[in-house]
Amino acid sequence: MTTFDKLWANGAFRFGAVVLGLVLLMALLAPVLGTVDPAQMDYNNINRSAGFAGNFTLTDGSSVAHHFWLGSDNFGRDLFSRVVYGARVSLVVAACTAAVALLIGVLVGMLAGYFRGADLLLMRFMDGLMAIPAILLAIALVAALGASITTVVIAIAIPEIPRVSRLVRSLVLTLREEPFVEAARALATPTPVILLRHILPNAMAPLLVQGTFVAASAVLTEAILSFLGLGLPANIPTWGNIMAEGRTQFSQYPGNVLYPALFLVPTVLAFNLLGDGLRDVLDPKFAKR
Amino acid sequence: MLRFVASRLLAVIPVLFVVSCVVFLILRLAPGDPAAVIAGNSATGAEIEQIRAKLGLNESLPVQYGIWISKVLQGDLGHSYFLNKPVSDLILQRLEPTASLALGTIVLAILLAVPLGTVAASRMGGGLDRLLSVISVAGFSVPVFVTGYVLIYLFSIQLQWLPVQGYEPLSGKGGLWAWARQLILPWLALSIIYVALIARITRASVSEALTEDYIRTARAKGLHERAVLLRHALRNAAVPIVTVIGIGVALLIGGVVVTETVFAIPGLGSLTVDVVLNRDFPVIQGLVLFFAVSYVVINLLVDLSYLLLDPRIRY
Repeated sequence: MTTFDKLWANGAFRFGAVVLGLVLLMALLAPVLGTVDPAQMDYNNINRSAGFAGNFTLTDGSSVAHHFWLGSDNFGRDLFSRVVYGARVSLVVAACTAAVALLIGVLVGMLAGYFRGADLLLMRFMDGLMAIPAILLAIALVAALGASITTVVIAIAIPEIPRVSRLVRSLVLTLREEPFVEAARALATPTPVILLRHILPNAMAPLLVQGTFVAASAVLTEAILSFLGLGLPANIPTWGNIMAEGRTQFSQYPGNVLYPALFLVPTVLAFNLLGDGLRDVLDPKFAKR
Repeated sequence: MLRFVASRLLAVIPVLFVVSCVVFLILRLAPGDPAAVIAGNSATGAEIEQIRAKLGLNESLPVQYGIWISKVLQGDLGHSYFLNKPVSDLILQRLEPTASLALGTIVLAILLAVPLGTVAASRMGGGLDRLLSVISVAGFSVPVFVTGYVLIYLFSIQLQWLPVQGYEPLSGKGGLWAWARQLILPWLALSIIYVALIARITRASVSEALTEDYIRTARAKGLHERAVLLRHALRNAAVPIVTVIGIGVALLIGGVVVTETVFAIPGLGSLTVDVVLNRDFPVIQGLVLFFAVSYVVINLLVDLSYLLLDPRIRY
């Protein structure tokens, strides 16, 4: 049985992979899924209810027949189009955050694990960083850096770094005592080569698992930041931004808050289950954690 | 025992030092000149320079940190840019709603999660156990604002059982009931992730305790199963449970910010959102520091509680 067969036999992995595949497909195919420009306002179509079929006025003044699958908001923007394009932002933020957190976390964790002198200082710093609740740290960083995709990714990634670096450090501490690392050292292999060629490949499975969980928390945190009005600028349609705008008229039109949630929740759930599945199959040592 | 207490107290110092450095640097990272903000739009260059000198902004970064931290240690968290009040006053004014929300959530979560986890551990694979695994996955995937709005939609808008938003002080006219009525939905919304966290650990650690020899002994001497579970298994599983309650406070603090916004509760969380939108950096700094220090202190208390929970811990 190949690794993929084993993964596919795992229900959690299968659910996560299928749902994320659908979300990815939706994000890629956004323009051809019966959407209109997600930023286009049409004052003839304000607060339409879900399923409404009518005409949508485009930028050039011409109008097209359009199904408002999820209705429209108080600016007459098509909610379905906004949610579908919002998936792009969520996935980009998830991937970039995971990449940044893993990259820096691996660097810090390897330094701390391999060079005992750096260990105390780095890990004390990471302990301190962990003492600031993640969302609060992200909020403070966004306040200091300003809000754009780059700064939001950095702000969400930084609170994740201590967890990644602790994991990497513990893996390096075990791996550095392995005979193959000792052999490499005996052959006078330069330390960077030992770290990248001998230690890193053996740490890949737990890192992949951790990366999936970071992605889940990134989607969630981005939505929370945007929902609070502290995340990406309001002109970018993200699930959090759509919900933030829906807040003002929640009691009359709850759909503007609840429909984006129907996409957000399964996406986060899928990342989490994908991580669980990967962990159970690739990293059985940590499965009981 | 004294050594244990001393070592835990000492371990907190470097953590607090790093926290204070990070919080200090966040303000320094921020664009804009604090002196210019305080001086206002009509200030002359000389006036701004005067304020810079007064605030010590011309000093080197370590010296500025020294000035700042010595004030913080005396309880002076600085002055708000816009609200014309000391930061510490702002925090104290908003403390009651946040404390009500957070403490109520912790109590509710423990009352729900510990029995749930214990029963799940004693009947593994049963209905309750499966419910628990659903809750624990869902708890980490449904953001608290979604839960909050779903609860508002069901109980406030559709059924009209509970008020939509707002906060009644405990000392208000309506007394205890008016206070609790406003908080029922926020408590529920915020406790879900916490219940998931605590129940999962309770299940794992009680089920591990149940495999021990003393459980077999307890059963063999004819002890009632409930007594075995509560007095022997749960008691021995207490340390990891209390630990996760402490660690979970970080999640709780993040959740408080969101929950207060959803339910329009005028506490520290909604203050955080307001001051970030206004870029009122001294208040942001004060709030982050306050939350982080609370988190560290709570976990210190958790560490010290091991002494009561597990007499073997002596060092």
